[in-house]
Amino acid sequence: MTGGVHLAAEAAQAIEPGLSTRRLLLQRFLEHRLALVSLVFLLLLAAGTAAAPLAEAWLGITQDSVDLLSRSAPPSWEHPLGTDELGRDLLLRLLYGGRVSLLVGLAAAVGAMVVGSLIGIVAGYLGGWPDALLMRLTDGVIALPVLPLLIVFAAIDPAKLGLPGGGASDLLRIILIIVIVGWTTVARLVRGATLSLKRREFVIAAEALGAPPLRIMLRHILPNCASPILVATTLSIGNIILLESVLSFLGLGVQPPLPSWGNMLTGAQDLIYSAPQLALWPGLLIFTTVIAFNFLGDGLQDALDPRALNR
Amino acid sequence: MAIYLLRRSAEIVFVLFVLSFAIYGLIGLMPGDPIDLMVNSNPDLTSEDAQRLKALLGLERPIHERYWAWLQRALAGDLGYSRLFSQPVLELMGPRLLNSLLLMGVSLLLALAIAIPLGILAAARQHRLLDHVINLTAFAGISVPPFWLAILLILLFAVTLGWLPASGMGESNAGIGEKLRYLVLPVLALTLASVGSLLRFTRAAVAEAGRQDYVRTAAAKGLSERQILTGHVLRNAMIPVVTVVALNFGTLFSGALITETIFGWLGMGKTIYDAIMGSDYNLALAGLLFAAAVTLIANLLADMVYAWLDPRISYK
Repeated sequence: MTGGVHLAAEAAQAIEPGLSTRRLLLQRFLEHRLALVSLVFLLLLAAGTAAAPLAEAWLGITQDSVDLLSRSAPPSWEHPLGTDELGRDLLLRLLYGGRVSLLVGLAAAVGAMVVGSLIGIVAGYLGGWPDALLMRLTDGVIALPVLPLLIVFAAIDPAKLGLPGGGASDLLRIILIIVIVGWTTVARLVRGATLSLKRREFVIAAEALGAPPLRIMLRHILPNCASPILVATTLSIGNIILLESVLSFLGLGVQPPLPSWGNMLTGAQDLIYSAPQLALWPGLLIFTTVIAFNFLGDGLQDALDPRALNR
Repeated sequence: MAIYLLRRSAEIVFVLFVLSFAIYGLIGLMPGDPIDLMVNSNPDLTSEDAQRLKALLGLERPIHERYWAWLQRALAGDLGYSRLFSQPVLELMGPRLLNSLLLMGVSLLLALAIAIPLGILAAARQHRLLDHVINLTAFAGISVPPFWLAILLILLFAVTLGWLPASGMGESNAGIGEKLRYLVLPVLALTLASVGSLLRFTRAAVAEAGRQDYVRTAAAKGLSERQILTGHVLRNAMIPVVTVVALNFGTLFSGALITETIFGWLGMGKTIYDAIMGSDYNLALAGLLFAAAVTLIANLLADMVYAWLDPRISYK
């Protein structure tokens, strides 16, 4: 049909001095308008949560200062988005909650990426029984219902393990339990890529030169798995933010008074008759943040995986 | 095939065995202590009584001995007594499992009834407006927090419009019509929460099947678009769709846990959640193992259906 035109266009592109790989990738990414809008939104959101102390200074209150006289109040000059059921400023709580959600999302995604890459590359490169064992483990974790398991992990009393509780270690705990169930996708992708990469000439050449397995895995194979890892990790951030918000909503994630978008909705169901507006903002922010990360991952996929482009 | 089935079943039993030990250990790490809970709720018991009770129930013994005792009783059909509901665990779980299967079954069928036609439509109109609209809807579906969606549904249909009850399951002696009214919102919430990923998957599967050589051949010999779609594309596209439905059983169960908890629907998900929050160890352990067993069996069924639908695959 249009094969001839296509070939001509490709030939024309080949003759031109041409774009560097980096420029080409950037161009493809920029073509995905939703991904671009999402990236801008996420950057603005990150800047907003980073500027939370500035908003506090501007409003002259802190995120945990309680205004007993105006509880569940509608928006006003003192409280741009109104107040929650305890009389705390909703906008400030949302900004600080955003810090928690973004931090947990990014940290757990990176943690899962590291664990998944290591397991995938070891399984793929070594093959044999390590591969069989690790892939059985992966299949087992994938098959299990995630949320009930996360609830069990989240319900563990850190004191019984001799660990400190509260505040920062609380966040670390959530990040860890999400990593425990979240590494499987990256592991499978990296294993698949490793299986094909280890038969390529440059790996065989490195082996012939006597490079030790660890060096081959980290220096020769891993860098070539970068695109699928990057795409899968970006796509996982949205999912992780959803998981964190569900756990916090159920009272097992981020513990009040530390705000998170999930735990801000915990009380919303009980107040649904008296203050329905409280249910709106935290959920809307989770939704837009998650969809932005999903669009971003989609855009990266289009840019990094040309075979997927024409689908 | 029989050998394959046998091997897979043995694997499931092994996974459940490992999992039961892991969960048994993890549950021991949850806050609270069964004897302390007993002592606290009964002022007549002293701390000496508590020590005696612990010795009597064998709580001083190492964990592997306690687990072994639990396993023997469980295999004999005794899953213990639920402290929270004052009922044997096994009696409690029967009706709750049925409630969950009802909620999940109806939601899944509805989600498929929406996702498959829309997915086909999107794939048939690739990169046109309708495809983009459907794709955006699917993205929204996978990105919306399911509990927030449930709260919004309550806000709209129960609070604002007053058409449906906000939560619960109705009086036990109510008629079937009245009971169905309580099912509507949970089903709607779970359907909307699962339709997005099914939609994306159907679209991808249909698009992939449409790129195969036999489709080009069919087009070359002059078949109409409709003939190609129904005769060549759909049959092949439905294989991965059927598989992913069964493989996603764990995700569906996670969604049901959220939905049941918010709507007060007495299913397995809510039972597990309540048991963990209420330190009801016997119930939590049994519930989690039940959920895992059902999911693993669904996965096995997925592989069986896969082989049945696609004659090219055989399990030897």
